[in-house]
Amino acid sequence: MLLLLATTGGLFSQEADPLVKRVSKDTSKVSLNMDAVYNRPFLAIKKMPIALGGYLEANSLYQSEDGISEGLSFQARRLTLFMSSSITKRIKFLTEIEFEDGTKEIGIEFAALDVSLHPALNFRGGIVMNPIGAFNQNHDGPKWEFVERPDVAVNMLPATWSNVGFGIYGKTHKGDWILGYEAYLTNGFDNSIIDNEENKTFLPAAKENAERFEESNNGKPLFSGKLTVKNRNIAEIGFSYMGGAYNKFEEDGLTLDEKRSVAVFAIDANAVIKNTGTYIVGEIAFVNVDVPETFTQQYGTKQWGAFVDVVQPVLQRSILNWENATLNVAARLDYVDWNVGTFQETGNKIGEEQIAISPAISFRPTAQTVFRINYRYQWQKDILANPAAKTAAWLFGFSTYF
Amino acid sequence: MKYSFQFIFGAFLTMMFTMGCEQTTPYAPAENELLDGPLEGLTIAQQIKFLSGDEAFGDVFTIEKGLGPVFVANQCASCHPGDGKGSPFVEFVRFGQPDTLGNQFLEFGAPQLQHKAIPGFEPEQLPEGATTTKLIAPAVTGLGFLNFVSDQDLINLSDPNDIDGDGISGRPHWNNIPDYVTLRPNTISQNGKYISRFGKKAAAYNLLHQTSGAYNQDMGITSLFETIDPYSGLEEDPEVSTQTVNDVVFYLNTLKAPLQRDEGATSIIAGAQIFSEIKCASCHIPSLQTGYSPIEVLSYKEFHPYTDLLLHDMGSELDDQYTEGFALTSEWRTPPLWGLGLSKDAQGGSYFLMHDGRAGSIEQAISLHGGEGEASKNSFAQLSEVEKQQLIEFLESL
Repeated sequence: MLLLLATTGGLFSQEADPLVKRVSKDTSKVSLNMDAVYNRPFLAIKKMPIALGGYLEANSLYQSEDGISEGLSFQARRLTLFMSSSITKRIKFLTEIEFEDGTKEIGIEFAALDVSLHPALNFRGGIVMNPIGAFNQNHDGPKWEFVERPDVAVNMLPATWSNVGFGIYGKTHKGDWILGYEAYLTNGFDNSIIDNEENKTFLPAAKENAERFEESNNGKPLFSGKLTVKNRNIAEIGFSYMGGAYNKFEEDGLTLDEKRSVAVFAIDANAVIKNTGTYIVGEIAFVNVDVPETFTQQYGTKQWGAFVDVVQPVLQRSILNWENATLNVAARLDYVDWNVGTFQETGNKIGEEQIAISPAISFRPTAQTVFRINYRYQWQKDILANPAAKTAAWLFGFSTYF
Repeated sequence: MKYSFQFIFGAFLTMMFTMGCEQTTPYAPAENELLDGPLEGLTIAQQIKFLSGDEAFGDVFTIEKGLGPVFVANQCASCHPGDGKGSPFVEFVRFGQPDTLGNQFLEFGAPQLQHKAIPGFEPEQLPEGATTTKLIAPAVTGLGFLNFVSDQDLINLSDPNDIDGDGISGRPHWNNIPDYVTLRPNTISQNGKYISRFGKKAAAYNLLHQTSGAYNQDMGITSLFETIDPYSGLEEDPEVSTQTVNDVVFYLNTLKAPLQRDEGATSIIAGAQIFSEIKCASCHIPSLQTGYSPIEVLSYKEFHPYTDLLLHDMGSELDDQYTEGFALTSEWRTPPLWGLGLSKDAQGGSYFLMHDGRAGSIEQAISLHGGEGEASKNSFAQLSEVEKQQLIEFLESL
């Protein structure tokens, strides 16, 4: 890997070298969110069987909760490397390896073989990103105007959520309409989603279990499926579902617990308003978890959350000799309720919810690089719905494909 | 290039604005609006220890870390959110019998019912014939001050035979204490028993006694101090370190006392006067003094908890036919009233007062007083609406 990095590092600095060619992205206008994993800039090096790419995200953070701040921090959020290879015309391989927070977390987020049988029928196997919502598969930093990822995607849903498994996907189009689907069986969640140090039902807790790449927690596959419809003149909308048993209920032929299930349903959408160039993207998701009645209500059975981003280009022209540079203003609204319902003891509404608003300014000297200034103001209520803790944060950073 | 300069200038201004970010972040609430926070004057070493205890107080126990198998809550902060009073969401049930001969249901898991269980296990069930009481956790602020009031001061406040004839006969809870407890300086014993002062029935001697019991009975966590697992009834390896327990005890000792708000307001001054006139202050003693404490800022300090830490007969309505130690079933320790006005902010916006949270307002809590509190309750009922309001405002200012 080090040798590869050293080699590619040298090559990237010589983009004009005819040995290195940038692989053009899919501009066929039939691409969907599900294509995001391949819809990235890659560099192909002559005679090398693989194309390379990646992105880097870093930022500064000044945050204060209820008047108490830890001061200014600098964060190296992600360094992600992609490698893809067309083994034959209809067999492709792609992998995405991510280093989060320096080397605190190193993970293979995607490593799959794609076999195209027909445009409407493709096989994918390996480490796949479960198609739940849109963000999980389309999470590259340079594509977003915000330093923070949407709360619903990373603090309720477990983006980036990858598992070993296989499935099929495909798409077809007629006129302006495009229809896509995905269906996978993978390894899945475990007991930690209702037993974790977050002290709430927390699907991302299952990401801590690295053994899910080795074996299923309970021998029952997690089903993930998505249906997407897009009209090229209007919008793209996706409906996705992910569900299955999450707990280990048997071992060595002995019963440990009842079989308990988790189900996630999400709707995502994105659109560009042609007259103004305004880009709108959002996602809403609902989680149902079977929590034992005799366990604590601290762990909720229902959750929901949503986010919406509105991005408005305000300047698109040559700036400081960058051709086609863009200055955007943007805003995000985040909401998550981790524990929907009322207390058995009092009938009062359970809290454990959070709302945040994030205005932003972003500057893109090129489409592949974004500089972002974000302000985020958040209200977070504890489980008893006591007065919200208020947190404000200033984030300045960049994200760039390379 | 026409726009380039403007862009750079705009970016520069934006950056400058960012650098001035303290103006755009939330203000810290006033110190007297918060229950949590350390005592003023702690040394740096003590502040470090306070932080360790604060972190341990918020630690979530998972199954892997030893939670349960049966339990009531999975972290200290569940029962004491924001260091304040608990709510019925984490109420706990204790069971036993009406007499003071010692709990006869220990082999059935007494005194506390662990009514929740980790997946695959069944919660504890109440044994037939046991009497019960429901409890919600008290606020934990200012406990260090209460801990270091001398035994002699409590004896001086007591009047078990009502010699002064005022109808109030508070008495210390002389109780047996576990071997692991270190006696406080100048402690006084009587027939091998010591004055206990923490808990709704004042059954715990000090904060180590209270904390070790809470780890064990509330969370199913064994320690070097409480070694028996509530589910199996067997001795188990410690699931929390002695260092952690000690850190939490230090944290509880060094939490600041709640600060009164608007104490100079006319209505609040009038309310304080009424509080004394109708003899609320006979049990809810406004001021106490600490004795010697190894934590210097707690030594020989006057403070204002509005309690006498003594047991009082509160009448039949509050008699749950359950007892702890040598307290009678109708006896309850006078709860401190400091922080009362901030309780709602820890209880989800509503009051849950009295030992089990049954009172939804201060007026209702007063109306539930019987026994030694009967006369004050009746006096309150005879106040004018304005006077009642002044008294309530005073209590909410605490």
